[in-house]
Parts: sequence; structure tokens; C-alpha cells
Amino acid sequence: MTCDEARQLLHAYIDDELDIATALRIEAHLPDCPKCRKELEAARAVGRAVAQRGIYYPAPSALRDQLKRAIRSEMGKTETLSQPWFPTAWWKRPMAFSGLAAAMLLIVCSVMFFLPAHASRGEIDDLVGSHVRSLEENHLMDVASTDQHTVKPWFAGKLDYSPPVIDLSAEGFPLIGGRLDYLDQKKVAALIYHRNKHVINLFIWPGDTTPEVDVAQGFNLIRFECKGMICWAVSDLNAGELQQFADLFKAQKAASTRS
Amino acid sequence: MSLHAAASKFEMAVLEHLDAAHNLARWLMHSDQDAQDVVQESCMNALRSFDSFRGGDFRAWFLTIVRNTSFTWLRRRKSSSGPVSGQSLEIGAEIAADGEVYDPQAIAIRAVNVDLVRRAIAALPEVLREALVLREMENLSYKEIGKITGVPIGTVMSRLARGRMQLQALLMEMDQPSANKSFRRARDDLR
Repeated sequence: MTCDEARQLLHAYIDDELDIATALRIEAHLPDCPKCRKELEAARAVGRAVAQRGIYYPAPSALRDQLKRAIRSEMGKTETLSQPWFPTAWWKRPMAFSGLAAAMLLIVCSVMFFLPAHASRGEIDDLVGSHVRSLEENHLMDVASTDQHTVKPWFAGKLDYSPPVIDLSAEGFPLIGGRLDYLDQKKVAALIYHRNKHVINLFIWPGDTTPEVDVAQGFNLIRFECKGMICWAVSDLNAGELQQFADLFKAQKAASTRS
Repeated sequence: MSLHAAASKFEMAVLEHLDAAHNLARWLMHSDQDAQDVVQESCMNALRSFDSFRGGDFRAWFLTIVRNTSFTWLRRRKSSSGPVSGQSLEIGAEIAADGEVYDPQAIAIRAVNVDLVRRAIAALPEVLREALVLREMENLSYKEIGKITGVPIGTVMSRLARGRMQLQALLMEMDQPSANKSFRRARDDLR
């Protein structure tokens, strides 16, 4: 093993993430190479510095107690809230049950035959993952502009379709830029909007779909179709305002193509 | 499972991993109060989406939520202090893959100063910091860290390598605070 190879794998070696054969090759290299040994020891020393006592921030006990109370009160709320949906012991009443069963069967059939499939958990997680990544330092935008006539042409040549780009500043949702993103190994357009201090990512790719609303990991997601494009809006914004954003986007697009 | 049983199961799982959640949030947010607020909000988010948790690794699932909530807060805070700069993706990716290697003994001597170590970790870019926190403080595998931070295992590896290199430099080159005063000042600067 050359020194360069060894140095690339050194950290995976420290973290015990290499297969045995590769680890043995590193171990064979180390006795001959003071440079790699020094780097290994320095990385270990840094690791120990981080892992030592006194660096960690355990949860304060007040937070622990506060959370216990919060969880219990939240569960209490859910219990009362969900009662209208689950009226007392409906399954004990045969009439209600058969009615409900028939209704459910009808819904299931119509969903199966007339509607495209719902978004999978995997797709939802990918969308949320992309949204969160965009919040990391310097990952939000590839092109920063509030001008739709700058953002739209930027996508040309990067995608084989042209996503609708609309500024909604006047409506309180300023466009702040665009980004090329990957979802399930396909390239998609991502438009970034602000609403007060919240960030909205609007992912766009061609296709047809049906409206859907979802919540995952504390984020709201809304799917809608706009001029032959599937659009997913993802944000920590409340569901009402995010829906307002989706409706505005659709309405403005419809208006701009008519004129 | 009855609601009550689900609630107590959730409560037990959250409390078991509360230290990990708080530690991660504290390192991302740089402030005690923000960390606690983020943990509280994460906990409520987790509770609301608990039915989407399909068994498996609760810690990784919960830490993912804590991390996502932290980034949401950080971004919100940043955008309130002015427009976000539109620089592109590359920044931060190419920092000193080939940095200086310091004497392990000298690092160990400096590492005795806990305040200095904390300041140095806090000065790392956030994606390197979170990788180091999850690896060195929580002993998570690359796979688990990749899942929580939403990146491939290879990226986890290079972030840890870069994190350790940069932390060496910070530890060796930062001023050693002679008293708590300067530490507090540095911490306040970070806020």
C-alpha cells in the first residue's frame, strides 16, 4: 500500500470502518512510515480531545421534566381531538360497521382505479432530506436572484425541460433563487422562496399528479400539478400558508400563460 | 397499541436519548436556550410523526429530527439578519484536505484545556462539527451518521477526516484563554 492510499483510509481505519483485509494492509504499512503514524496519532489525539469528559452537553434535568409534562399533555390533546374521528365503539354497532365498510371499500377501489399512487414514504423522506440539505451553509442556491427572468434561463441547458418560474414578491412570497437538485437519481429544478423568516423549496419536474398534503419530521409538504409539471412545496411554514403559496403559484402560472 | 401505551413507549425512548439529542442541538445552536428550545420542538415533531417511525433505530430517527429542526432554526435566524448570500455550493468543500499534521503530544497537552477544546469545536464549519459530534461523542457508525445527516458514507468519511484536520489546526493555533472571562467572550461572539 502506498502512503497516499494509506492516508486516504486512515480515518476509516481509526473509526473501525474498514474490512479486515484493508485494515491489515494499513497495519502493514504503518511500521515503515513515520509520517502516517504521526498523522494517525494526531487524529486519535484530536478524537480523544472531543470525546473526553467535560466537552459533552448532557440534557439539563429541568428540560427532562419539562418534556415529560409536554409529552403527556400533548398525548392528552390528541386523545380528545381524535374522538370525533373514532366515535365510541363504532365497531360494536353492526349497522355502522357495514356502512363504514362499504364506504371504505368504495374509497379503496376509487383510489386504486382512478388515482395515481400516493407519494411513498421514501419520496417524502427524499424531499425533506433535500429541503434540509438546502438549509446547510451555502447549499441553498446555485443562482441567487429575485428576478424570474434570470432564474428561468439559468435552468436552460441544465435540464431538458423548462420549469415555470414565477416571482410572488407582491403576494409576500419573494423568489430568492434556484438550484439544481437530485431526487431519486433524477435531476429536478428547485426554486427557493421566502415567507417572512421561513424558507420554501419548490421542487419541479415533468409529469402529472394529484394534489397531496403530507407532514414529515415537522415539515409540511404539498404536491400539486402545474402545466404538466409535478410540483412539491416543502417548508417548515404552517400548512395554511404553504397551501396559499401553492394556490398562488398555480393561479399566477395560469394567468401568465393566458396573457 | 393503545394511545397510552404508545405515549409511554415514546416517552421512554425520547428520555433514553435525550442527552444525545441535547448534545447535538447544543453543538449546532451554540446556545443553551436555543438548544433546549430545539430539543423541545423536535420532541413534539417526533411525537406527531411517531406513527411514521417503522421500528428500527429510534436514536437515529430522533437525532435526524433534532438535526433538521436545528438547521431550520439556524436558517431562520440567519435570514432574519439580512439576505442570504448567494454563493455557490463549492465553498467549504475544498478546505485543506492536505493540512498540516501537528505533534500528537502537543495536541494531547492542549486538549487538557476543556474550554479551549470546546471553543475549537465550536469554530468548525457546521457539517464537520456535527460529523465529529456524532462520531466521537455518540460513537455512531458512518452508516448511521450518513443516515442522520443525509449524505453517503464516503462523504461522512471525508467530513470526519477534514473535521479532525481542521480541529488540530484550531486547537494548536487558537489563543489559550487564561481565564474563564475570555472563554465567555468567545462564546458570546459566536452567538
